[in-house]
Amino acid sequence: MSFLQIQGLAKRFGAAVVFEDVSFSIEKGEFVAIIGHSGCGKTTILNILAGLDTASGGVVVMDGREVAGPSLERGVVFQGHALMPWLSAMSNIAFAVKSRWPDWNRLQIQMHCQKFIDLVGLTGAEHKKPAQLSGGMKQRVGIARAFAIQPKMLLLDEPFGALDALTRGVIQDELVGICAATHQTVFMITHDVDESILLADKILLMSNGPNACVAEIVHNTIAKPRDRHTIHHDPQYYRIRNHLVDFLVNRSKLYQSGEAKRPALPPVVRPGLESAAAKVINLRH
Amino acid sequence: MTESARLKSLVLSSLLLAVFVGAWHLATLPKAPAQSAPAGKSAEYAALVGAQAAAGQKSAFPTPADFGAKLVEHLKDPFYDKGANDKGIGVQLAYSIGRVLLGFLLAALVAVPLGFLIGMSPLVYRALDPFVQVLKPISPLAWMPLALFTLKDSNVSAVFVIFVCSIWPMLINTAFGVASVRREWLNVARTLEVSSLRKAFAVILPAAAPTIMTGMRISIGIAWLVIVAAEMLVGGTGIGYFVWNEWNNLSITNILSGILAIGLVGMALDFVFGRLQRAVTYVE
Repeated sequence: MSFLQIQGLAKRFGAAVVFEDVSFSIEKGEFVAIIGHSGCGKTTILNILAGLDTASGGVVVMDGREVAGPSLERGVVFQGHALMPWLSAMSNIAFAVKSRWPDWNRLQIQMHCQKFIDLVGLTGAEHKKPAQLSGGMKQRVGIARAFAIQPKMLLLDEPFGALDALTRGVIQDELVGICAATHQTVFMITHDVDESILLADKILLMSNGPNACVAEIVHNTIAKPRDRHTIHHDPQYYRIRNHLVDFLVNRSKLYQSGEAKRPALPPVVRPGLESAAAKVINLRH
Repeated sequence: MTESARLKSLVLSSLLLAVFVGAWHLATLPKAPAQSAPAGKSAEYAALVGAQAAAGQKSAFPTPADFGAKLVEHLKDPFYDKGANDKGIGVQLAYSIGRVLLGFLLAALVAVPLGFLIGMSPLVYRALDPFVQVLKPISPLAWMPLALFTLKDSNVSAVFVIFVCSIWPMLINTAFGVASVRREWLNVARTLEVSSLRKAFAVILPAAAPTIMTGMRISIGIAWLVIVAAEMLVGGTGIGYFVWNEWNNLSITNILSGILAIGLVGMALDFVFGRLQRAVTYVE
């Protein structure tokens, strides 16, 4: 049985269906990204996984237990960083650490916080208030806060959406490094196709909402470690990328009208590899 | 503000004060005799109306110099106590400040927890809203007779009136501040499985603190306005009673001293609460 299992998840408001029949699973240590247009219910799925929202149908089972309500076992990095502006960077992380280990003394908490501040490269900015930090630094504090409680699973709600490209790249690299070091299980929402290929092992493609579904599960066939500077030289990179873009641009809207069949279980796709034989033939011409 | 701009504003303020005092001085200059006494009868006239009046009418309103002398007198010994009707202005102010702080504190003890409850529960908010809406516009002094009748003590009644007038701004602001705490901070607390008590003190209270402090600042301002009127009614002690008592004594200089003291203390209270407000304010 997989570490996290989601079966027949649905969210409805009265007769209006946001999404239905969402089923997938995540293995331990796996990095899964979900991609889809606005309004398809990505954030709702993440909030249900976090326990902040309730589903209208279906179940979520993590580590053999049904998810009902929020838990320290699932750390969340919020879209808008959600730092408390009256606390310093260190105190924001300490707030989470204290919640996780209420019996720890001040020194233990501080040492633990410092470790994660160093991990995200914020050494020297511990005592600054969020208002004194740049957008990238704030998001780093949010990531450090989520990692510091050492949850079984990490939920990232479009964590780099508000960052400039340069900062985004740097923090993505950090995230790759931390995830590799800690074997963290991660579920991430993103709008960025390149980001999903760099970070994720599996990419869930969601069709347009309302009435959305998980249409496909794309396996990232580029082996780890994936490096932002060289990944685009991998022959698989553009095959995967084209597949994702093609889905978002052309195919994601076909599921609502029924032109494309809604799968009971989303098919697993390995772009480039399945049609490898066909590609070889093409190359001969 | 730059140093020179500050200096300029200071000079302008001083100038305005000088103009005001000058105008006051001119307005209270002794007038020429209202009419020259009929010739030959001046001695008789002077004997009748008093030499001073015959020489020229001194204004009943004190001159700035009179007022200054009185102020110096008050400042020299502000805390004397020579019986019920003769206490130093400092003693009277202390009574008033004591009543205001006591009533304000009691109001805070009720308003902040109750505001929390109202802010956290839409049900309680809707249930209490009609009462708040009716009670809020009632002049605190309207409660005075009822307070005197039920509490049977003028001192306690004055404190009660302060309590009633300070409670509304704090209650409404606390409820508003608590209700508008950002959803995402509460979600952070939820995902961290923070207990309700810790959530209230570590998340909601600091998040709502600036709004609550604004309510407190408004409350203390209103309380200081109301105490003067309340003390005029209940009598006995306090700066309000002092002003009314000096009206009965027809001592305009003392009334003016009282008015100035009320203004200065009110400014000091507002300054303190302004500082407190700044201390809990955060930049988002």
